[in-house]
Amino acid sequence: MSYLEYRMKSVPTGWKKLLHLHWPLILILTAIAAIGFMMLYSVAGGSFTPWSEAQIQRFGIGIAAMMIVAMTPIWFWRNMSVLAFVFSLALLVFVEFFGSTGMGAQRWIDLGFMRLQPSEVAKIALVMLLAAYYDWLPVTKTSRPLWVIVPVLIILVPTAMVLRQPDLGTALLLMIAGGTVMFAAGVHWAYFASVIAAGAGAIAAVFESRGTSWQLLENYQYRRIDTFLNPASDPLGAGYHITQSKIALGSGGWTGRGFMQGTQTRLNFLPEKHTDFIFTTLAEEFGFLGASSLLMLYILVIVFCLFAALRMTDRFSSLLVIGISMTFFLFFAVNMSMVMGLAPVVGVPLPLVSYGGSAMLVLLAAFGLVQSAHVHRPR
Amino acid sequence: MRKPERNIAAAQRKVSRRSLLIGAGQVGFAGMLLARMRFLQVDEADKYRLLAEENRINIRLIPPARGQIFDRSGTPIALNEPSYRIVLVPEDAGDIQDSISRLSMLIELDAEDLNRAMIEIERSPPFLPITLADRVSWEAVAKVAANATALPGISPDVGLSRRYPLHEDFAHAIGYVGPISDYDLERIENPDQLLRIPRFQIGKVGVESKLEDTLRGRAGTKSVEVNAVGRVMRELDRQEGESGADLQLTLDHKLQTYVRKRLGEESASVVVMDVENGDIRSIVSSPGFDPNLFVRGISVSEYAKLRDNERRPLASKAVQDAYPPGSTFKMITALAGLENGVIDSTDTVYCPGYMEISDRKFSCWKKVGHGSMDLNTSLRESCDVYYYDLALQVGIEKITEMARLFGLGERHDIPMSAISEGLTPTKEWKRTYRDAEWVIGDSANAAIGQGYVLASPLQLAVMTARLATGRKVTPRLVSRIGDQEQPSGAGGDLGLNPDNLRQIQRGMFAVSNHRKGSAYSSRIEDTEMRMAGKTGTAQVRSTIVDNAEVPWEQRDHALFVAFAPYENPKYAVAVVVEHGGGGSSTAAPIARDVMLQALFEGTPPLEAYPEKDWDTIRERQEQIDRFDERPDTGERDQA
Repeated sequence: MSYLEYRMKSVPTGWKKLLHLHWPLILILTAIAAIGFMMLYSVAGGSFTPWSEAQIQRFGIGIAAMMIVAMTPIWFWRNMSVLAFVFSLALLVFVEFFGSTGMGAQRWIDLGFMRLQPSEVAKIALVMLLAAYYDWLPVTKTSRPLWVIVPVLIILVPTAMVLRQPDLGTALLLMIAGGTVMFAAGVHWAYFASVIAAGAGAIAAVFESRGTSWQLLENYQYRRIDTFLNPASDPLGAGYHITQSKIALGSGGWTGRGFMQGTQTRLNFLPEKHTDFIFTTLAEEFGFLGASSLLMLYILVIVFCLFAALRMTDRFSSLLVIGISMTFFLFFAVNMSMVMGLAPVVGVPLPLVSYGGSAMLVLLAAFGLVQSAHVHRPR
Repeated sequence: MRKPERNIAAAQRKVSRRSLLIGAGQVGFAGMLLARMRFLQVDEADKYRLLAEENRINIRLIPPARGQIFDRSGTPIALNEPSYRIVLVPEDAGDIQDSISRLSMLIELDAEDLNRAMIEIERSPPFLPITLADRVSWEAVAKVAANATALPGISPDVGLSRRYPLHEDFAHAIGYVGPISDYDLERIENPDQLLRIPRFQIGKVGVESKLEDTLRGRAGTKSVEVNAVGRVMRELDRQEGESGADLQLTLDHKLQTYVRKRLGEESASVVVMDVENGDIRSIVSSPGFDPNLFVRGISVSEYAKLRDNERRPLASKAVQDAYPPGSTFKMITALAGLENGVIDSTDTVYCPGYMEISDRKFSCWKKVGHGSMDLNTSLRESCDVYYYDLALQVGIEKITEMARLFGLGERHDIPMSAISEGLTPTKEWKRTYRDAEWVIGDSANAAIGQGYVLASPLQLAVMTARLATGRKVTPRLVSRIGDQEQPSGAGGDLGLNPDNLRQIQRGMFAVSNHRKGSAYSSRIEDTEMRMAGKTGTAQVRSTIVDNAEVPWEQRDHALFVAFAPYENPKYAVAVVVEHGGGGSSTAAPIARDVMLQALFEGTPPLEAYPEKDWDTIRERQEQIDRFDERPDTGERDQA
C-alpha cells in the first residue's frame, strides 16, 4: 500500500497517536526491565553500581528511542528497510576488520558509551527487509521457486557473516527468525519440510565429520556440544556453569530464598551472573513463582504482539510484528533453555533483564516498530 | 503497485492462520520451559537445596604424578617427592586478609610469596587453591591443622615436587621443570585444566619440556562437599587421573658424572655414543648448573649469576652450539675425493707450508711444510695443503653432499632443547644468505672445516659413529617411554665403498697410534681397546695466534673425535673445549679418558695408558674422586 492508500482510511495523526499506542505492551516491557534492575541490584550485593544504575539509564534511552520510532509512520520504515539491511551488512563487514572480540565470539564496535553488536542490528534489519519483500511481491508468486530463492539469499548473507565471527548461536537465531517470516508470509510448507530434513542431515554430517579432514565445526564448538551432552566431561569449564546454574535454580524451591538472600549466585559460583546467567539469581531468590512469573510476562509480550499482528491489514506490518516477536521469543527461550541445561551455553542474553546496552536498545527500538505498526494501522 | 483486493484478503487470512500456528508453537515451547522449571525447582528442590544450603559442591583437580626419569641402569635422574604447603581457597575464606593475618601469627610467611599469592587470588577462579607458603616444615603443617577452625579457607596440602638427585650432572640433558608462566600459557593452544593451577610445574627445557605431554599425565577430578568455611565434608564422586609415563634414557649416570667431573670448570661439551645403535651414553655441557634451583622458581640474583657467567653454564653446548669442525672435517673431504674417484689413497701432494689459490696465500698450520703427503699421512699429521688441493679438484657440492650423508647440517631428532642444525654450505646458500658468489677460496676453507662449515658436538659424534660403522647411525636419547621401547638408531648401510672407508679409518688410527700422529700422546695402550681419532682446532680469530699469549676468550676451540676399539668399534666420542687451544693438547686427553671410562664401564686400569703418563693419570683420578666436595643444594630443597 502506498502512503495515499493509508491516508484514505483513518489513521491517527499528531498527538492523537499517543492515545493509540499499545500501552499494555509498554507496561509489560517496563515490568520486565524493572525485574532486571532489581536482579542487577541484588547480584551487585545490594548496590545500584556498577550495573543497575547504568541499566536504568539505558532503559530510559531505549524507551525514548522506542517512542520516536513509534511516532514515525510505518510506511516510512517500510521504505527504509532496504537501507537498514544494507547498513547492518556494512556494520558486519566493519566489525570483521575493526571490531573487538570478546570471549572468542561476538564482535562489537566500541561507541564509547556502549558496545554495539552489529549482529543485534542485523536481526531486526533482516526481519524488516523480509517483511517489505513480501509486501512488495504479488501474493500469487509467494511460493514460486525463483521468488523463494531471493529471501533465502537475504537470510544467508548476514548468517554467513555472523558465522565467520564465529557466532553459531546468533547465526541459528537469524535463520529461524528469517524462516518464521517466510512461513508466516505463506511460502508452501513443502519448502520448510525439505529444509528441516536437510538440517537433520547436516547435523548428522557435523557429527560424522568430527576428527576427519573435512571437520565442519571448530574444535571449541564440538567441545561445547560435548559439554552439553555430558556436562561431567568438563566439570571446571562450561560444565561447571551448567552444574552450578542447576544447583542455584533448584535451591530456589517454590518461593525462593527471598530478595538478596541467594547464596549460590552471590558467592561468585557463576562468572556471568549479571549477564547470561542472571535468570539463576531470579530463580534462586524468588523461586518457581518468581521465575514462572517472568516467563508469563514474556509470553504476554508474545501474545500481545500476535494479537496486534492479526488486526493489521497490510502485509508489511503483520509480518514485521511476527518476525520481531519471534526474535524476542528466541532470546528468552534459548537463554532459559541454556541455564536450565536444555541447550548448550551459546551466549544469548535474557532480553531486557541481562546487563548490556546493545541488546536492550535494539530490542526497544524493535518494539518501537511494533508500536508504529499498531498506531498507524488503518481503522 | 496495485494488487487485487481479493488476493490481499486471502493472503492476510493465510498470514493469520500461520501466525496462530507460530504463536501456538511459542506457547508450547514456553510450556515445556515451565515444566522444566517446575522439575528443577519443585520436584528436585530438596536435592539441590541440600547441595546448596548445607554443603556446597566443590570440584577439585587431582594433579597426576609426573612421569619419573631413569638412566639406562634404572638409577633415578628426575623423581617426585612429597612437599608440604599451605593453601588458601578464596571462595571459602570469606575475609582473605583476615585469614592471612591470622596465619602470619602462626607461621612465618615470606613477603614475596604473599604478594605473588595476592596477585594469583585476583586472577584465578575462586575455587582453585592458592599457595601461601611452599615447602613448609611438618611443624608448620601441624600448627595450621590444629588451628583449622580459626583459619577459614586455609589448609595444609601435600603435593609432589620434582627433584633431581644428581644435580648438575643431567642439567642440560633432561632440563628442568618450573612454575608455569603467563608466557607459557599463551603459547599453548587449549591448555589443560591443570595448567591453570597457579605455579603448576611444567617442563621448561630439555627432555622435561620436549616430552612434557608424555610426562605430565592426565588430571583426575573429585567432587567434594564443603561446609560454610570450606572444610571438606565428604567426597561425592571421583574420577581418577592418569600418572605421566616414566622415561628410561640411554644415558649412563656413572659415565655422565665422570664426564662432568673430568671437564671440571672448562667451557666444554662431550658426547659419547654407542656406534652400534646410536644410544647416547653421555651428553654433557660444562660448566653445569643445578636444575633443582629452577623447580620452585629461581631467584633473580642466582639467575643473573648463571646468565652473566662468560662460560655460559645455561647453554646446552653439546647440541645448541655449532662450531667450525676444523680438521675433524677432513675425513669428509677425503671421502668425497675417494668416493667420487677424484683421488686415490696413494696419490701424493707436496706441501711447502702454503698454497696459492687465486692470488691468495692459504697456509698450512705447519709453516715449514709437511713435504710429500698421501691420504694416510695427511690425516695423521693433519696437513692442510693436501685438502686445499683436494677441494679444488672435488668442488664444494660433492663435499657438502658427503657431509650431509654423515648427518652434518641436519637437525638430529632427540628430545633436547634448541638443537642446532649446524651448516653445510653450498653455492646456492652463499648467494641467498651472504649475497655473494662462491669463490674457490671458500671451498679450500670448507675442506679443512673452516669458513662457513659449522657442526655441533652431537653432529660430530654421529659423524664419527657413521665413519666407524659405515651405517646411517642416528642418535637416541630415550630408550623407553612407559613400557614402550623406542626404535633403535642402528640404521642401514650408507652405501659407501668399504675400501674407501677403510682408508679413512686407517688414517684415523694413525692419528692416535702412529709415532707421528697428532694425537699420539693421547693414545690407548691396551691393544684390545685402541682408539682411532682426529684432532681439530677451530679458529676463533681470523689470524693464526699463539694460544698461550692471548686472553682466554680469543683462544682457539679444541676439538677431538674418536671411536674405539679400532678393530671392533663400540663407542664414538666427540669433545669440544671452547678456547681450549689445540685439539691434540686439550681435547684428545679428555676424549681418551672418557673413552676408557666407557669401555671399562668404570675406572680403567692404569695399564690401559702409556706408561710414562701413569703418574699424571693417577693424580687426575684422585682429583676427580675429590671433586664431589661441593655444597649440596639438595639439602636446602628439603627444608
